[in-house]
Parts: sequence; structure tokens; C-alpha cells
Amino acid sequence: MPRTSERYVLIYAAVVCLLASAVLTTAAVGLRRRQEQAAELDRKFNVLKAFRAEVLGADGRRIRADQIEALYRAHVRELHIATGTGAVVTNDTGRRSETLPLYQWVENGRVVKTAIPVSGKGLWSTIYGFLALDAQLEEIIGLTFYRHGETPGLGGEIEQPWFQEQFRGRRIVHNDELRPIVVAKGPATAEAKADPTRVVVDGISGATLTGQGVTRFLNECLKQYEPYLRAARKG
Amino acid sequence: MSAMAASWKHFRDPLSENNPITVQILGICSALAVTVKLETALVMALALTLVTTGSNLVISLIRNTVPPRIRMIVEMVVVSSLVILADQLLRAYAYDISRQLSVFVGLIITNCIVMGRLEAFALKNSPLPSVLDGLGNGLGYGSVLVLVALVRELFGSGRLLGRAVVPASLYERGYVNNGLMLLAPGAFIVLGLLIWVQRTLIRRVEPEG
Repeated sequence: MPRTSERYVLIYAAVVCLLASAVLTTAAVGLRRRQEQAAELDRKFNVLKAFRAEVLGADGRRIRADQIEALYRAHVRELHIATGTGAVVTNDTGRRSETLPLYQWVENGRVVKTAIPVSGKGLWSTIYGFLALDAQLEEIIGLTFYRHGETPGLGGEIEQPWFQEQFRGRRIVHNDELRPIVVAKGPATAEAKADPTRVVVDGISGATLTGQGVTRFLNECLKQYEPYLRAARKG
Repeated sequence: MSAMAASWKHFRDPLSENNPITVQILGICSALAVTVKLETALVMALALTLVTTGSNLVISLIRNTVPPRIRMIVEMVVVSSLVILADQLLRAYAYDISRQLSVFVGLIITNCIVMGRLEAFALKNSPLPSVLDGLGNGLGYGSVLVLVALVRELFGSGRLLGRAVVPASLYERGYVNNGLMLLAPGAFIVLGLLIWVQRTLIRRVEPEG
């Protein structure tokens, strides 16, 4: 069959595609377990990071996988609460629409910090992160974003310490009401930052839409957890 | 020239005389993006070398069967399969680095070096020289990446491979890291200087016209 005949071209294309997909399928199936383990370890690392646990060694690198696991096992408790009422669910039904995950940092049997997963749309992608609150559930002690597909160098800067550090120490409640969190467009003014009714932080130049996304989902996530947080604040 | 010497030339040429980045000015985008730290540059260099070598080999093996009309599509299928494979392997074995490289591993598919070597070399040559050519080009690209990253990480954050190398006493005497090195313009400057030095060394003159 000549290489220019239409039949040859069609058959050739089909065989190439079939071979390529067979190779990729094998790789995807073969590597899935390891990838899931790696992603799970990364999640735990980021929960710990939001809690401000010591996850970086003296040389500035991540601690080893087994150290992450050990730290997580020793201190972190995973709970599920019912959407709407905020009541703690003891036997998890496994349906995501009905329950919300919650992480507690336990020290000597007492809950000293609480973290919630925060996620939502940025500009291009869904951003995933964790927000940790202090024992009174009124102040942010840590925020991390660990998975996203925003533009590197622009929206991707939400991963940078300078951006995440801004949230640290900010109070999320004012007169029993949740203060809205606002990522400003570019640098925030001093008055905006001092506003007691809102939590305003500097935005990222060139990433206004990512900032708007972060603003939206942080508030939505906090609102979802508010029934639980409110009840827990009252003790 | 003996066959051995000819093969050696395929490997050696792209390392310097015909370097894909400094001489052909290809693959600049990723060279700027992943060179803030040495670690990501090394992994990227490795991934690209694997992809150019692998795709050169595959295309060279099937070069006499590829229908000319769908030649480029076949090349793309081979290249993208290898890139996805590299990405999947990174996600499984170097999750953190794969996240830092973000889109740039995927973008190896569009890296002109890869496709360029297939078109210019692998389609016309037998497997062994093609593999050497792919290896040479991958390493030629990689060596520039590593050099740029070395300068950027050392002067930008005072570290190499994530370990602090600039002594604390120097900081106490007022030494500060150069923030420009962490930004893309810093990479442009380092790369520009590198191109200048290298072209002076190999006495390359851009042809007129």
C-alpha cells in the first residue's frame, strides 16, 4: 500500500492513536496509587502548615514524609459537621453535600486550633486551601493555598508567603457578626485595612480576578461553617 | 569522518556550537520560568531530555512508515504522549516539584526544540544518531537552564538546592539578596549575559540579512 493512499493514512493514524492511548492508560492506572498517596501527603502537609506546625526543617526544606504523618497523627483530628446546622456528625454518611470536613489541632486533649478547607473558583481554576482559626475561633492564624491552576507569576502568587501572611492575626468576627474578607484590587489603603467591619488585605497586581475569586470563596466557606463556629464560640 | 566521530558530533554540537537556547534562541519561555531554583531547573532539564531523546528515537524508528501528509500530527502524538508520561511520573514521584513546575511540564509539548529536532533530524536519520542528537539537545538546553538557575538561586535567595550557602555573617555585614534575580527580568539579564559570553567563546557571528 503506498504511503500516500488514503487508506494507509487512516489506518496509520488509528494505530498510532491506539498505541499512544494504551501507553498512557497503562501509566495512569499504574501510577494512580502513588499519585494519590502523594496528593494525600500534600493535603496533610498543608493542614499542618495552616495550623503553623513546624513543617519546615532548619534548612528551610519540608520535613520527611514519615515526620508529616507522625505529626498529623499526634495532633490533628478530622471531624465532619452537618451542613446548615453545624452539628458534629459522628457516623459520617460519606455524602459530601450533607457534611463538611473540619480539622482540629489537639494538644493535651484540648482543641487549641481549628481549620476548615477553603476552595472555590479563581480565574482559570479551582483553588484549594486551608484556613486555621485560634482557640476562640475569632482570629485567623494561618491560611494556605496548595492546589490551583492560576497563571504562574500573577494569580499564582496566592501561594506566596507575603500574600498568605497578611491574613494572619486578623479577626473574622465583629460584634458577633462575621466580617467579610476582601482582597483589594492592588495594594489596599490604610483606611480600608483599619476598617473594623471588614478584613481587607493587599491584592496582587495583575491578578484582580483571582483576588475576586479568593474574596468570594473565603467568605462563602466561612459562612458555611458559621453555624458550627458560632455554636462553638458560645461554648 | 568516521561513523563514530559523526555520531559524537551529533551529541556534542548542541551542547555548545549549536546550543538550542544560546545559539538558536529556542525554549526561552521555560528557561525564564523554571530557573528561580536549581531544583526545578534540574527536573525540567531531565524531563525535556527524556522527551527529546524518546521522541527522536520513536520518530526515527518509524520514519520510513509515516505518511507524509500526517507527519506532524504523528509527531505531536508521540511528543504529547511522552510529555504526559513524564508529567504523570513527576506527580507520582516528585509531587512537590511537579506542582512548582506547574504548566511548564505540559508546555514541553510546544517547546520548539522538541518538534524542531524531529523535523530537522529524526525524520532523516537512523535511531542511534537520532538518540544522540536528542540527548545532546536536551542536555544543551538543560545545561543553560542549570547555569541560569545557579546564578538566580545563589544571588536571588542565597541558597543552592534549597540549602543556605551565603554565610549569615555576610548578611550581618549588610549583604542583601538581589530580589531582581527572583523575577523574570533577572532571568532575561542572566540569559543575555550567558548568550554573550558563549557566543564570544565560540566566535559565532549572526549571519547578515
